[in-house]
Amino acid sequence: MSALTAAERVAMARHPQRPNITDYIDGLFTDFFEQKGDRLCGEDEAILGGVALYHGQSVTVIGTRKGKTLEENLRCNFGMPNPEGYRKALRLMRQAEKFRRPVLTFIDTAGAYPGLEAEAHGQGEAIARNLLEMSRLTVPVVAVITGEGNSGGALALGVANRILMQENAVYAILSPEGFASILWKDAARSAEASELMRLTAPELLRLGIIDDIIPEPEGGAHCDAAQAIREVDRALRRHLSSLCKESGAALAEDRYQKFRKMGVAAPGKEAL
Amino acid sequence: MNSMFAKRRARLLAMKAIRDNYIPGDRLTECPSCHGENTRKAVAEGLSVCPKCGYHWPIGGYYRLSTILDPGSFRELNEKYPAADPLSFPDYPEKLAAAQRKTGLSEAAVTATGSIGGRKCVVGVLDSRFFMGSMSAAVGEKITLAIEYAGKNKLPLILFSASGGARMQEGILSLMQMAKTSAALARFSEKGLLYISVLTDPTTGGVTASFASLGDVILAEPGALIGFAGPRVIQQTIGETLPEGFQRAEYQLSHGFVDAVVPRGQLRETLSRLLHLHEKGGRL
Repeated sequence: MSALTAAERVAMARHPQRPNITDYIDGLFTDFFEQKGDRLCGEDEAILGGVALYHGQSVTVIGTRKGKTLEENLRCNFGMPNPEGYRKALRLMRQAEKFRRPVLTFIDTAGAYPGLEAEAHGQGEAIARNLLEMSRLTVPVVAVITGEGNSGGALALGVANRILMQENAVYAILSPEGFASILWKDAARSAEASELMRLTAPELLRLGIIDDIIPEPEGGAHCDAAQAIREVDRALRRHLSSLCKESGAALAEDRYQKFRKMGVAAPGKEAL
Repeated sequence: MNSMFAKRRARLLAMKAIRDNYIPGDRLTECPSCHGENTRKAVAEGLSVCPKCGYHWPIGGYYRLSTILDPGSFRELNEKYPAADPLSFPDYPEKLAAAQRKTGLSEAAVTATGSIGGRKCVVGVLDSRFFMGSMSAAVGEKITLAIEYAGKNKLPLILFSASGGARMQEGILSLMQMAKTSAALARFSEKGLLYISVLTDPTTGGVTASFASLGDVILAEPGALIGFAGPRVIQQTIGETLPEGFQRAEYQLSHGFVDAVVPRGQLRETLSRLLHLHEKGGRL
């Protein structure tokens, strides 16, 4: 598996048979109750959320949803959320805070939707607000990147105490195609971009962006969904049980410091 | 003694500002909006606003500060904070060095303390001449340090945004600056302190989706492009031409994301008023 190139991992992260949010909800939780709507103006099916039991404990579950059939894909906008989705996610996170239950997020998105209405309804503001509010939650937050996690659209569910990544998931500032097109005006150079972007789980672990890599079955998560879900369960349970021992203030402080450290120049480093 | 230092600081900022205030064209310069011709002198004297149509040219960080701060009050924060190449991205150090030579800046953000109408504050400015004002780790760190400095010293904070979005060459670390700056603003806000965000042309991408959208008060310069996704990407995605004025400051005002659109010539006075209105103390 370690011989996979970054571009191969990108392809695997996007594999249509890869287990998605509904598979994880079915496999990991009991008694999931879906909660819809942002209580402002809309419901965005690109983000799925609600309350569920995880090994007997109440948790708030939020994830991006791509859908599996074309009909589902269209309803979920291929997993690219609008501001209504992010505002629904924020509503559910505030409820998690109120009822003192952990927040578990599952991230698999090509990014926030770049549409006319999304802009009219404040896509940037919705993402920014989530980043600010997530940073100060006083309940445990664990994010799992299960497919592709692109752009602020992924980060808006990713300000967590622990960020876990499946072995073949990718996490990046934007898609390799978008990256190549912005930097070189040539989207066809996406494979080359994938290598330079450091978007694979091992590289992100080395950079200190993520906390743990969740192994996948031989051939990738789509080859054995049940096994992939068991591995996610094992990692999630371990990280969540250690976080649940912390006080609310310690959790918020831990999350703050985690992001505060990212991208600080090494002491004594010469200016370029 | 103090006044001597103040004079020296005023001169220093004025010198840096002169370097910033570069208007293209020889004696006459063409406005990219109305295509009218103005003398460079008229444009420069009018704060780089077209005397004919009111178009606002993008302006440099130091020049911006010189138009806002009380003379002699400017003191730069973390001036020497280094640019970095965290992903060892090909050709990036050379491109950084070239941008540094061209602009005289070390990175795309300039942060400072100063006063406006006699009221002390912390001001940060993104400079679109340096990698399109994009969010690098150094930009995120300088902005975060400015937020923390303002929080520690109980000073109001003003950030002028101008950004093409993420710094591609810093990849995921650029993305993480959105979380870092937003989290710092959460702590700042909990102290009951004022943050004014001023959106200038263009403010897009990760800067829009983090600190630029989180002001207690959000102002915008006329005509500034403000959005998360860029217009080209949106047009490609939806396959239709975009409506006139889409994502401009006036559009954001009518959609509820901006408190006021303020021409450059009135910004200093507006900021001064807002600082005054948010002062604590006194009783009814």
